[in-house]
Amino acid sequence: MKGALAARLAPLVVGLLVLGGWEALVRLNEIPPYILPAPSLIGETLWNDRAILLVSLAVTLKTTFAALIAAASSSLVLAILFRQSRWIERSLYPYAVILQVTPIVAIAPLILIYVDDPFAVMLVCATIVAFFPILSNTMLGLRSVDPGLEDLFRLQGAGRLQVLWLLHLPSALPHFLAGLRIAGGLALIGAVVAEFVSSTTAGGATGLAWRIIEAGQRLNVPRMFAALTLIAASGIAIFALLTALSHIVLRRWHESERTG
Amino acid sequence: MSLLRIEGLGLRFPNGVTALDGVDLALERGEFLSLLGPSGCGKSSLLRAVMGLALPSAGRIAWTDGRRPRVGVVFQDATLMPWAGVLDNVALPLRLAGSDRKRREAAALAAIERVGLGGFERAVPRELSGGMRMRVSIARALVGDPDVLLMDEPFAALDEITRLRLDDDLRALATARGTTVLFVTHSVFESVYLSSRIAVMTPRPGRVAGILPVTRPAAGDFRASAEYARQCGEVSALLGRVMAA
Repeated sequence: MKGALAARLAPLVVGLLVLGGWEALVRLNEIPPYILPAPSLIGETLWNDRAILLVSLAVTLKTTFAALIAAASSSLVLAILFRQSRWIERSLYPYAVILQVTPIVAIAPLILIYVDDPFAVMLVCATIVAFFPILSNTMLGLRSVDPGLEDLFRLQGAGRLQVLWLLHLPSALPHFLAGLRIAGGLALIGAVVAEFVSSTTAGGATGLAWRIIEAGQRLNVPRMFAALTLIAASGIAIFALLTALSHIVLRRWHESERTG
Repeated sequence: MSLLRIEGLGLRFPNGVTALDGVDLALERGEFLSLLGPSGCGKSSLLRAVMGLALPSAGRIAWTDGRRPRVGVVFQDATLMPWAGVLDNVALPLRLAGSDRKRREAAALAAIERVGLGGFERAVPRELSGGMRMRVSIARALVGDPDVLLMDEPFAALDEITRLRLDDDLRALATARGTTVLFVTHSVFESVYLSSRIAVMTPRPGRVAGILPVTRPAAGDFRASAEYARQCGEVSALLGRVMAA
């Protein structure tokens, strides 16, 4: 019990030490804020600029979640199609891989040319980044089915839809959720990258990444750090949210959620 | 009258190994027939061929009525859906057959009661012991009111004491309903206790070396009787000759 508490406190202590050291370094050397702001100043900026920053946070989160939903549904449909036919899988899967291995920063300028709406640009970019881990995990899950249960379903004369709905999808659920957890962070990265790439042309974008660029141009370094803090906090929150979702769905039956 | 006739059945695996070669066997209506043989003799393959999960390379499997009757199957593992509760697991065959929720849940509850798991309908497999999971599997096999039960070493993975109890209960269930059972095992004692006839199989490629009827005294503890010991000895002796040949 004591060990568990210490294990929980350890990263917190490290964080406090680093922040304290940073604060001391800045104060003792009188480093100006446009070179390196102290943590206290970053905190102050977070509070003072909250109106601007929260609006930007909402924009980035909206893109992130829309992309996550788009990625989850499209890759689920694709994985099911692949499971139904080896031919569809062989024909399409290589292109999914190509899309995955091509860096998004290289694709984004092209998307910018062909898609007009700034939100749609972000959505497409973030979806491309997020969808592959869900696809590959769900494909794995749809094939990781107890062969005994496959036999049983066959013996009882189950139809294709029954096998899919009652056997393959539930078997794939843990894998799908694991993919979703990875994709949550990637969707955020995709949204931020898309904002960066499109910031020069699409004037309407006002997400957190766009705030960082804008603040950088004005040498408002504390605000850059404040926006960065919000992005990191969002990533942690998304991960925690998806982990909790996975726990709630799987806790009764799946080995990965076994406690003790 | 026989329910199932197997004639000259041969089975070859894709890797070229011959699992079965010239198996002749008849399953009589209402009997409890055990397939007994050493590991790897192809008894499970024979059962899979009867289930229609393996395609024979020679011979034929013929159901007397011309089509497969209602079949209940139990595998070596309980083979339950881990995400579903006991009730849904047991009701699965009826659900796949398209029966409505009310009817299939009533039938599943009755089957759960019959295997002695009343009160556990809402539990998920992870919350049950190995023996209880096997009972769920048996309930699932019984729920469709099958004409024949096909069982592939169902209790092999369980401890001895659990196994004895399940043997008792299975015997009682099968006799009470007059269900025909084809039962694969590698235990001499289990086969003598459960069966009306025992088909002893040769090592690979599997063939039926001999069929021994079991006579069971009308009353008393069969396992403790001299009659039981004698028949276990007979079956063991035949098995020994088969292995030596």
